[in-house]
Amino acid sequence: MSGLTIEPLGEDALLLRLDRRIDPAVNARVHALVRRIEAAGLPWVREVVPAYASLAVCLAQDACDRLHDTGYAAEALRALLAGDDEPHASPEASLPAIEVPVCHLPAFAPDLEAVAAHAGLSAAEVVALHCAGDYRVAMTGFAPGFPYLLGLDPRLAIPRRSTPRTHVPAGSVAIGGAQTGIYPREGPGGWHLVGRTPVALFDPRRDPPCLLPAGARVRFVAIDEAAFRAACGRGAA
Amino acid sequence: MSIEVLSPGLATLLQDGGRQGLRHLGVGGAGALDPWAFALANLVVGNPAGTAALEITLSGPTLRFHRAARIALCGAPVDAEVGGAPVPGHRPLDLPPGSTLRIGRCTEGARAYLAIAGGVRSEAILGSASTDLRGGFGGHAGRALCRGDRLALAAPSAGAATLHIAPWWIDPAFDDRPAGAEPLVRVLPGSDATAPPAALHGRAWTVRADSNRQGLRLAGPVLTAADGGERVSEPVMPGTIQLPADGQPIVLLADAQTHGGYPRIGHAIRADWPLLAQLRPGDRVRFAPCTPGEARDALCRQRQRLHRIALALDAKRALA
Repeated sequence: MSGLTIEPLGEDALLLRLDRRIDPAVNARVHALVRRIEAAGLPWVREVVPAYASLAVCLAQDACDRLHDTGYAAEALRALLAGDDEPHASPEASLPAIEVPVCHLPAFAPDLEAVAAHAGLSAAEVVALHCAGDYRVAMTGFAPGFPYLLGLDPRLAIPRRSTPRTHVPAGSVAIGGAQTGIYPREGPGGWHLVGRTPVALFDPRRDPPCLLPAGARVRFVAIDEAAFRAACGRGAA
Repeated sequence: MSIEVLSPGLATLLQDGGRQGLRHLGVGGAGALDPWAFALANLVVGNPAGTAALEITLSGPTLRFHRAARIALCGAPVDAEVGGAPVPGHRPLDLPPGSTLRIGRCTEGARAYLAIAGGVRSEAILGSASTDLRGGFGGHAGRALCRGDRLALAAPSAGAATLHIAPWWIDPAFDDRPAGAEPLVRVLPGSDATAPPAALHGRAWTVRADSNRQGLRLAGPVLTAADGGERVSEPVMPGTIQLPADGQPIVLLADAQTHGGYPRIGHAIRADWPLLAQLRPGDRVRFAPCTPGEARDALCRQRQRLHRIALALDAKRALA
């Protein structure tokens, strides 16, 4: 694996870094690495945590075990990942996209006009471009189930709000910089809100709990208010 | 219902050993902030390791026990009384039915643990009873206790007809370092260096009031990262020391977010997390570099000490 560095991340994790930039091709390599490490079934790997251009390997072993410290794990991962960068085609390219319904009612999309003004487009054109995108979950973080999506049309990129909102409603679909994402739960946030989904992004009692895991393909589908209310009525959100 | 919350305290949370293996879904570990005091509290009441307990922050709750219960208070010393009679920590207390336990302020330190023999009835969500404040799930309704909450005991507890205070207690010290001095937290190198390289070490840092279970925010001389370039978010872990643009470090704790974009200038070692958990706003703390071997040895010694306490308690119960 060319260009891969491995360093300790504290006592019981390692950071594997490919690069330091947000780039779909780099992120695809991250997910390929995640698959290779998970497929190896190493007993001392508790979990693999992808990020944009790096990933963490959290070690399952007790930190008191001298046989399996981060030095040992780093050598074992180097040996595992030596050789071809991507021996197999990424399976994600052929994965069906997970469709996320989004309602763009003005009450749900208070920043739609601001995004449109910034892009020099109409609100309808912003919605159309946002729903035309073929997105990939680069990583899940910030909050349980929050997907950082790559694949936003560059025309829709807009700097984060200068003052973050203290209360962003759950299900808010938002644009921050060159990325788009969905707030799973009400909380603070600085991205521009362009719609709302009635589906639950994260439900700790569901299996799997996370609707859009890292690596997943995602498409947005515009729905009207009636469909939104109906979906909420079914208890989806 | 067995326990009624008459007043909740500042931030009283049901916590256990935390969640593992879900950081890839954005789910942090949660769990007891001071794993040493949490373990000690369970040992003292005879619970299996990792039984969920109440974590008390700075100021504790007032609880009415409608059933008899054996309890223990460990960690930060607290002003506590049962029916007006002061009760001490680090030993079993048998409460008769109808007792009111009033836990006041931590007289030093920041976090105390109330373990109840048999445990509080709780549902494991994603493998743990711990409260995940960020996700709003786990623990008691995914939040800190509120007035009027009712907690059920998971199993009948020994209890007594009248208040009984054990005549013995457990030494709460978690390592051999002298108490009272400014805490010294050992740190493994991070991905980023400061300029100059040892700028984090050798000086005291003050704990800011906006610290919480996610991170301990420190105030002191402004630090700079050797490489001040832009960064993309990378995974972070509890213990990671981040350096935001304002130059004031943040030590991530049990509720650490899963990813962060700030320079990482070190990692506080596990064996010293109990020290971090007990820091109060305004307290001072120092950092010193260490090696992975030293970190491992420190954690092993701490666990050995816990095992010795467990063996001593087993022997005591066998004799009783």
